[in-house]
Amino acid sequence: MPRARRIVLGGLALLALLAFPLVFTLPFPRHLMITIFLYAMLAQAWNLLAGYCGQISLGHAVFFGTGAYTSTILVNQLGVTPWAGMLVGAVLAIALSQAIGYPVFRLRGHYFAIATIAVGEIVQTLMINWDWAGGARGLFVPMKRPDSVVNFQFHDSKQTYYYIALGLLLLALWITRRTERSRTGYYFRAIREDQDAAASLGIPVTRYKQRAMALSAGLTALGGTFYAQYILFIDPESVLPLSLSILICLVAVLGGVGTLWGPVIGAAILVPLSEGTRIYLGGTGKALDLLIYGALIMLISVIQPGGIMALAQRGRRRTG
Amino acid sequence: MSAQPGTLLDVRGVTKRFGGLVANKDISFRVSHGELVGIIGPNGAGKSTLFDVLTGFQPPDSGAVILDGEPITSRRPDEISRRGVGRTFQKLKPFNQMTVLENVMVGAFQKTGDPAEAHARALECLHQVGLKDKAQAHARVLSTGQRKRLEMARALAIRPRLLLLDEVTGGVDQGSIPGLIELVRAMNAGGVAMLVIEHNMRVIMGISHRVVALHLGEVICDGPPQAVVNDRRVIEAYLGGAYAR
Repeated sequence: MPRARRIVLGGLALLALLAFPLVFTLPFPRHLMITIFLYAMLAQAWNLLAGYCGQISLGHAVFFGTGAYTSTILVNQLGVTPWAGMLVGAVLAIALSQAIGYPVFRLRGHYFAIATIAVGEIVQTLMINWDWAGGARGLFVPMKRPDSVVNFQFHDSKQTYYYIALGLLLLALWITRRTERSRTGYYFRAIREDQDAAASLGIPVTRYKQRAMALSAGLTALGGTFYAQYILFIDPESVLPLSLSILICLVAVLGGVGTLWGPVIGAAILVPLSEGTRIYLGGTGKALDLLIYGALIMLISVIQPGGIMALAQRGRRRTG
Repeated sequence: MSAQPGTLLDVRGVTKRFGGLVANKDISFRVSHGELVGIIGPNGAGKSTLFDVLTGFQPPDSGAVILDGEPITSRRPDEISRRGVGRTFQKLKPFNQMTVLENVMVGAFQKTGDPAEAHARALECLHQVGLKDKAQAHARVLSTGQRKRLEMARALAIRPRLLLLDEVTGGVDQGSIPGLIELVRAMNAGGVAMLVIEHNMRVIMGISHRVVALHLGEVICDGPPQAVVNDRRVIEAYLGGAYAR
């Protein structure tokens, strides 16, 4: 696609997204879009580490939970604005990611993924048993009225949440784009393809893996704080479960890993699908919604393991 | 550590064991600036292990590797690369999901953080190895000969002082061999010292200034190509004792 046309199309899409809450004023469509934005940005953060740098993490809920817990505890204990909490959460998540990465990046391939699962389980168990941080009961974010940006709470309408979530997604996309085109992006992909060849060209492999981990963890934590302020309740079961780590990975895999738009496409399909199956088929007590949801994921991974982006690229090649 | 004048690489008594197997036993030799040294030896002689030791992929059990007067023994592969040692791999390791140009840009990024500069340098290297017309192709679609050229371009992009090539013509069709030989000669003529592992005797005799022969992990001969090829121990190692008369 020529550059000019891409810019025009991108501009139009952005305008449409900005206008969306003005047209759709009911809570549900806005909630759906907010959820799509959130998962798209989480999947994009994961994609930076796993898609570009090839380090499959199945423990990203740890960083999401770090963001959620940090801002919530700071608000509850010290009355710090969640915006500052968001930054502190990101910094903590980055520090945590480096501490995890240091020993774990010595492992290659599946062992790295397994180690991240273990870390996720450990952190969840710790939080369940840490009473000061709410333990298994979780933590409420105290309601504050009236709506204010400083308090990061908006009860009259979801419109502001919508724009914040969109902003977070755009931030994730922008960081990915910048990384993709820089030396760092080339190094990430080289490490994904072959670590020995990468090292032979002078790439300090472990340092760049740590860098990918830091970027990914920091972004994921931002999403965690947003979630806490949006839902106003967190517990280890909602912000630290393995299922969340897997879902983040699924969104990216479905859309196409190692691509800029894959995670967005994945979220745009998977989130409405999961909401749809839940609304129309949930509540029967037979978990039919989860069955259909699971079957679709299996189907896509068997037919098109490269994700929707690979499918789109194949189609484009065929049509010339 | 006094460096012999003109010596770029000084390998001193390198020994590498894998359990009971001694892959490299007390190996010593030198490579001068701009020199092209061939390494020969039957399968299992320890040639690739030696490359791994020299480039930091395997720490030696004893001995020292000195590059331009500085010890690089047991340094990490990326550190050794940044000191100007490039290499290719016997089992080729292209970045398959990246284009040919992007593969070489990864190497070029060692000397610059600017994508435009890396792009220009990569094109230069691709031109040098004759792969410029494949720049936009994915590395996975290349033939073996083309992939060898790609690995050379990638290693050249780091502007090495010393280049280690593991099997230049192995697995390549006969028709591509003269082109690859020319390429190695041209890279060397450009001032890069080289250490080349090669099985094809005619190739190694044709390009090397000096040849080091390994057998069962030991240096059995080190000298001008003609002297090495006629050496009794070398003939014995390749063909068995009956031929060495």
